[in-house]
Amino acid sequence: MSKKPKKAAPAKKPAPAPAKKAAPPAKKAAPPPPAKKAAPAPAKKAAPPPPAKQAAPPPPAKKAAPAKDTGTDSSGAKPKSPPKAAKPEAARARTEKAPADAALAPPEVEVEASSGKPKPERRATAETMASRQREISVSEFFTKNRHLLGFDNPAKALLTTVKEAVDNSLDACEEAGILPEILVEIREVSEGRFRVVIEDNGPGIVKPQMPKIFAKLLYGSKFHRLKQSRGQQGIGISAAGLYGQLTTGKPVVITSKTGRGRPAFRIDLRIDTKRNQPDVVKEETVEWDKDHGTRVEIELVAAYRGGRTGVEAYLEQTVVANPHLGLTYQPPKGERVEYPRVSDELPREAQEIKPHPHGVELGMFLAMLNDSGKKTVKQVLTDDFSRVSPAIAEEICKIAKVSSKAKAADVHGDDVDRLHKALSQVKVMAPPASCVVPIGEALLIEGLKRRFKADFYVSTTRPPSVYRGNPFVIEVGLAYGGDLPVDEPADVMRFANRVPLQYQPKACAISESVYDTNWKAYEMQQPKGSLPVGPLAVVVHLASVWVPFTSEAKEAVAHYDELLRELKLGLQECGRKLAAHVRAKERAASEQKRMSIFQRYIPELADAMGFILGREKGKIEKSFYEALPNFVNLKPAGGSNEGEGGASEEGPPPPPSMPPPPGDSMPPPPPAPAAAPRKGKAAPAPAGKSKSKKGSAPSAQLSLEV
Amino acid sequence: MAAKKKTAAAVPVASQPAKRGAQTEKDKKTLQKIERLTLEALKTVEKKANPALEIRTRALSNVSFNEKKRIIELGDRAQSREFFNTAMARKFMQTFLIASKAKTLIEEDKTVSIRQMFYMSKHSLKGTSENTFEDQSESDPIIEDLEVAIDALREELHLFANRRGLVVGKLVVNDAGDQIDLSRMGRGGWGIPSICEEKDLKFVSTKADFILLVEKQAVFHRLNEDKFWEKHSCILMTTEGQAARGARRLVQRMHTELKLPIYVLVDNDPWGLYIYSVLKQGSINLAYESMRMAVPQVRFLGMSASDYKKFNLTSAVQIKLNKEDIARAEQMKAYPWFADKKWQKEINDLLKNGFKMEVDALLTKSISFITEEYIPKKLRDKDFLT
Repeated sequence: MSKKPKKAAPAKKPAPAPAKKAAPPAKKAAPPPPAKKAAPAPAKKAAPPPPAKQAAPPPPAKKAAPAKDTGTDSSGAKPKSPPKAAKPEAARARTEKAPADAALAPPEVEVEASSGKPKPERRATAETMASRQREISVSEFFTKNRHLLGFDNPAKALLTTVKEAVDNSLDACEEAGILPEILVEIREVSEGRFRVVIEDNGPGIVKPQMPKIFAKLLYGSKFHRLKQSRGQQGIGISAAGLYGQLTTGKPVVITSKTGRGRPAFRIDLRIDTKRNQPDVVKEETVEWDKDHGTRVEIELVAAYRGGRTGVEAYLEQTVVANPHLGLTYQPPKGERVEYPRVSDELPREAQEIKPHPHGVELGMFLAMLNDSGKKTVKQVLTDDFSRVSPAIAEEICKIAKVSSKAKAADVHGDDVDRLHKALSQVKVMAPPASCVVPIGEALLIEGLKRRFKADFYVSTTRPPSVYRGNPFVIEVGLAYGGDLPVDEPADVMRFANRVPLQYQPKACAISESVYDTNWKAYEMQQPKGSLPVGPLAVVVHLASVWVPFTSEAKEAVAHYDELLRELKLGLQECGRKLAAHVRAKERAASEQKRMSIFQRYIPELADAMGFILGREKGKIEKSFYEALPNFVNLKPAGGSNEGEGGASEEGPPPPPSMPPPPGDSMPPPPPAPAAAPRKGKAAPAPAGKSKSKKGSAPSAQLSLEV
Repeated sequence: MAAKKKTAAAVPVASQPAKRGAQTEKDKKTLQKIERLTLEALKTVEKKANPALEIRTRALSNVSFNEKKRIIELGDRAQSREFFNTAMARKFMQTFLIASKAKTLIEEDKTVSIRQMFYMSKHSLKGTSENTFEDQSESDPIIEDLEVAIDALREELHLFANRRGLVVGKLVVNDAGDQIDLSRMGRGGWGIPSICEEKDLKFVSTKADFILLVEKQAVFHRLNEDKFWEKHSCILMTTEGQAARGARRLVQRMHTELKLPIYVLVDNDPWGLYIYSVLKQGSINLAYESMRMAVPQVRFLGMSASDYKKFNLTSAVQIKLNKEDIARAEQMKAYPWFADKKWQKEINDLLKNGFKMEVDALLTKSISFITEEYIPKKLRDKDFLT
């Protein structure tokens, strides 16, 4: 998204400009939405991480060593390796949706930084330095920073590879309207070396595209649009291939067929890491009994692990969040596992939306202006943004003191800044919620049933809400009792757009919400500040056009107030249902217990009374048993599923737009923190208002019991 | 037993074949009471209602001091013990279990201790490891419950508690047919039976002028060895701590039948005072039996807080009052039966002293100081409280 504009920026500016020009966007990039990270940012900024690379292009010269050290120290990371040091920096940049910038920006910054330092002795001239400055290919960058994408260690590499491939398959199937049927196979080729095969029944890939998709980083269909999907950047699968290539030297093997009667192609691919270009090693037409689909084979050095962060956990969770997925899994050791699909209903197709004025970054805004051809500012605002009417466009221009009739591409400098600021100041309706596709309450329960044999299931799909102009929906599902372990902390599964999040639970807003929920109020045990303990599984799904991850590795969700609020409400709703169930069960159990007390004493009592009165014991006993039902409430205990009302529907039918507030324009969500200083007047008040409204907004719910 | 002679026409109790034999009128009445209680409960159940026993509450909150009779009486507040109530079901069952065992005792004309009753009634519930009674502390209160529920005395249920208390002196009794001269009991004295009803125990003759009751066995021993009762022509007894039912019943009967004044000598501390108080107006727990046990006229001979000065005792006798003592003393000050000025003063004096004294402490003077000086002087001076 913002990749383009930023690339463009340095190119356009003449020599002296870069410093000035680079500064503001860079600054923006530093303290991005996750406000938590904002504080240390400036300090880190001063010490750009990739200097090592920059200073020592081919051979690690002696000089490079100290440079490395300063880089790592000042960025506060473990003094382990330069890539490590680079991580936080690039991670922040990622939230700006411009990972490429991280790779491209450093040269300039580097020059600045080194020239800014007091130097007793001049070691290099601008000219000699210029001779060493050159473009770094994206592939090359990731070769050295592969941890950014989840290939930090062999175990994680395996997971990431499977994950990227499966996510891609699911996205492709859904987009093509095909019920996905996926095969995942992992074979241990030799000690520590695995061959991963992912095969789907998706639409297939046309032959010319195959190399690019799988062997060119930052190539894809999802990056350039605002639409809910699993993958986002087009980095994942090619990075997996690259990782395989780096560790085993083996090419990625792709087989794909686009329809019955058409040929199936098999291609062996390599990535030219210098040029970020695919390199077709081998190409052939093969027989494939499938009508259509794609098969990816990657060999890589990896480690197979179980547990929370393992492949198995990923697949089990994926199956929960994707009831329409039929999955077959062949682990390296052991039996093949089949997960037949439990729903023949494809998720509704998410609608693509234009950016919302409250969520647009400055860089992207710049790009939009630049690419606007002959359009006026007003036209750009009304055409390229969602929810901007001509009147609102005029208002924006007025606030920014920019003529609405000015040619958009000619707007520069402070005008752009002011316009961008104005974007977040005007009141605009929230973006349409149709672009967010929740799993749905009924299907979420179906998903839970695939994984857990529980006594009780409950789920909630919250009404859509917005953070920084991005609509999102929170869904919560609980499974309780049954085969779930009684004495262990609850099993918490986090999902973002149906993709399981397995790493960094501590850093994630979702887990934090689960920790912060007072489960004791819902009849669970909960050690202070920890997960609830009991036979409980918690599923939380965040569906959004743009999921605010804390880092490029897409492992944890950032802490936005709006998200946290919805998470809390969702958990509470489900928690209340759970509590009702548990209490009803306890009541039933206690009635049973009461009855057993009476039953235990009746024979003894009848015996004594019979002796005293000289009557038959049996008759007295019978009298007592006949009276017993009057004092014990023995209604079938299970019948207390209060929430069953909405069982037939799968969540609330997605409203065409956000839950309508009284007026026809929704109070805007608080402007992006990136939107520089703003008058604190407009934002907080409406935020509070919308909060109370949303808090009381009814949301359909349902609970099921088996 | 005296009862056996009356045998004659044993009226067959409804449920039982007539062959059992000998019951006194009292026994028959008790049986009827038990049967009535049971029948009522059964009728309630047959109406599919919750059977309940009305058991008068035996707690301070439900006793009152009858100013006229000067005894503690049990109030009317009762607790309803229901069967169909998880908290009460077990006790409800236990009450009838005890009742049925009491019926057996009465019919077989046997008397057992409350501990033996515990074992008679204890067995495991069918199919469980739960016992009808887990230990005696569970069965004792149930026995008392039954007593108040059917308004029958423990003796009438053919039960007794462990006997406690000794007596010697100028009295001849007939106990279960044996004539016993209490002036010829040697050093040990005669153990007071736990049941001292007319049926079994009769007073034959006495030459005593008064009765001296001491709290402690050691003091009793001291006085007996010094033959105090011979010299002063009295009956000497000890309750060996808090008075058991038998001792209290005996005291009351001696007082009413022999018309003798009773002097009580206890330690100078709140507990001693309370022993006296129980003899005098009854206890809270057995308030329903006060009528048969309390002797409002009983005289408090000592030790009084004022004895310290009166008898020139040394500081060696002092035992510092502890927190509990003080709290107990304050509690007793609030009892209506100690409302009288002289008692308030006695308790206040004790608190003011800040120490308590044991009767045994009189031996700081000399071994027989108590026999030869302390008691005689007190009696002479009529130095006592009532």
